[in-house]
Amino acid sequence: MHREDPLKTSGRFATPKTRRDFLGLAAAWSAIGAFMMAMLGAMRLPMPSVFPESSTIVKLGKPEDVLVGSTTYFPSHRLWLYRDDGGFHAISSVCTHLGCIVERTENGKFSCPCHGSKFAADGAVLGGPAPKGLMWVELTVSPEGWLVADTLKEVELGKTLNA
Amino acid sequence: MSETRTTNSPSSSSNGSGERRIGDDGAMGDFARNLLDTPRSFRDSVIRHGKPTSDRARSQAIFTNFFFHILPVRTHLHSIKMTATFGLGVATLVLFIILCVTGVLLMVYYKPSVDQAYASMLDIIHVVPTGRLIRNVHRWSAHAMVFCVILHMARAFYTSAYKPPRQFNWVIGMGLFVLTLGLSFTGYLLPWDQLAFWAVTIGANIAQSPQELTDALGVTQIFDPGGMQKELLLGAHYVGQEALIRFYVLHVMVLPIITTIFIAVHFWRIRKDGGLVRPLAADAAEGGQVSSVMPASEEPAPLKTYGLMSLMKGRTPAVNLELRNTIMTWPNVMYVVAAVAMVTTLAMLVLGVLFEAPLSEIANPDVPENPAKAPWYFLGLQELVSYSAFMGGVCIPAIVVIGLGLVPYLDREREDTGVWFSGRKGRRVAVGSAVFATLATVGILAFTVNYGWLRNWEATAHVPQIVITLFNPGTLFVGVFAAWSVAVVKLKRSTRMGAIALFTCFLVAFAILTYFATVHRGPNWNFYWSHIDWPVH
Ligand code: HEM
Ligand code: FES
Repeated sequence: MHREDPLKTSGRFATPKTRRDFLGLAAAWSAIGAFMMAMLGAMRLPMPSVFPESSTIVKLGKPEDVLVGSTTYFPSHRLWLYRDDGGFHAISSVCTHLGCIVERTENGKFSCPCHGSKFAADGAVLGGPAPKGLMWVELTVSPEGWLVADTLKEVELGKTLNA
Repeated sequence: MSETRTTNSPSSSSNGSGERRIGDDGAMGDFARNLLDTPRSFRDSVIRHGKPTSDRARSQAIFTNFFFHILPVRTHLHSIKMTATFGLGVATLVLFIILCVTGVLLMVYYKPSVDQAYASMLDIIHVVPTGRLIRNVHRWSAHAMVFCVILHMARAFYTSAYKPPRQFNWVIGMGLFVLTLGLSFTGYLLPWDQLAFWAVTIGANIAQSPQELTDALGVTQIFDPGGMQKELLLGAHYVGQEALIRFYVLHVMVLPIITTIFIAVHFWRIRKDGGLVRPLAADAAEGGQVSSVMPASEEPAPLKTYGLMSLMKGRTPAVNLELRNTIMTWPNVMYVVAAVAMVTTLAMLVLGVLFEAPLSEIANPDVPENPAKAPWYFLGLQELVSYSAFMGGVCIPAIVVIGLGLVPYLDREREDTGVWFSGRKGRRVAVGSAVFATLATVGILAFTVNYGWLRNWEATAHVPQIVITLFNPGTLFVGVFAAWSVAVVKLKRSTRMGAIALFTCFLVAFAILTYFATVHRGPNWNFYWSHIDWPVH
């Protein structure tokens, strides 16, 4: 209906832009642009550059104290430590779906209480909404001979540490 | 506007020069009289009109008052009909005000620190005078506000209140809907109990879930919007002190202020859009004249402002007819608003006295609550999230919010606005769609519970995650409802009918999913017929 409106077509769209209009628009848009950049800059503040958590690198004990064939859970580090004939490995207990803590069932598999994701004993997804397997956590031996995990560093499934 | 003053304060006669009474007692006399007269002249300076005994004073009662001037001085009869709004918008506003008042009271004792938050909740419940009641009222009002906002949205939808010129107010309404949910979500963490901690852990990881997509594309290392969102929300990798402070700031400052601004614009728009939507018949019945307070045209020409001429009977040359179906806002609308406010407040008080707001044990980051359920209005989402975090938690909500926001721009039919369901045809479409949506939702849920989904079947046990993200019961709902609505548009040759079909499907699916996740999901998010069957641990 307003497509035929003479006011609208001539007044708003049909007049060619003059230099004055152009300069005015350029000024307005530069002001808007500058304001947006300032806002973006201000939004940098809530993005942390240092995380408040205590170090993600944690000592798990002396390698020789961990028995072959044993499984140990470290609740505050949220990881399971395994030692078998192949060496050491650690699996995170944080569900890859939405971050609940998975439970280990009798047969060594894991299940998540929140939305029922199921994981095999090596952490691979068996069912449920989890998009990927449980994280294998990087293990190293420190110069002082401690077994150390970095709870945020992932290694590929099956990579064990011989120490 | 000094000429609108009806009462001349007596002091004004004495500050002029010359004219003094017999027995002139000078400035001291003036002083004494002014002093005695102060209560009255103070009142006159605040309220600049006489008793609302004439239409003139009644209109002044509205437009000389900062808080009331958002209302027109005359209101259409249809607008105060019970069935026009069910008072839901006003009820929502009253709940928001109750929440602000009780919230500030709670802030007096609440301490947003992980070491003290839970203890301060216990203090509020057990030690602070009236603390328990205030907390209960705050909690139940929050639930009621979400409930009323949803019903109010449904009312606005089914009476076509989103049609021109009200399109943008519908969009503002969507903003208010999201803000209301945001207020609830941020408030949920503050008690720092188990439920709070795990519900927010889940929420924050939903914010991170775009990683499902970026992982599948292999670009998470360079481009990680999900991780960024989570860090912005939590200020850390896990829910902790940083997250608590952020949620607190959002809950008590940022979101209430934004909501207040949105509500102000929402109300201002209602005025500018010519009051509430009403059926053509509401005007045609008497005068045959259809006209709104503001011309509801889309002409680019300057809109005529609401002149004082239209206030008084017999003084307006052209817009006389429209006055026939209107009444003075003061006191009629004020009675209605006050009645809704009192009923709402009373209901919240009764709920607060009778029912305790839950508080579970203190947050334990090592052991999740099982099942970790969000508040009821998020449980439908939680069901969708249990199929795929990214699709259920991010994509589908975005599709719903954007889809609903676009409704006024996709359906522009102008017939039968202000009529519930646009008449009998629409009512039939709504009932049909409700039946269809019930069957579809229950069917898909029953299938999923009995047979599982892709990962539970041998042939598809190892499909890549991206397939599950894109194809799961949640996306199936969206697809089925979209198809149904398009079919209705085609069959009924009406975009309004399609919109009714879509909105009805959304409401029904929301209700059923909420019910299903509340009642039938137990530990490990397994299906149970009832709470009694839950395993004991
Ligand atoms: C904090 C939330 C909200 C508050 C306080 C609020 C308040 C109100 C009030 C008081 C009215 C006057 C009519 C009535 O009482 O029903 C109204 C009208 C309206 N509201 Fe809301 N509202 C809110 C959220 C929403 C939402 C979520 C939507 C939809 C998406 C919405 C859409 C509308 C529309 C379209 C109208 C005009 C209705 C008409 O012309 O009949 N509002 N609102
Ligand atoms: S958080 Fe583990 S299944 Fe959802």
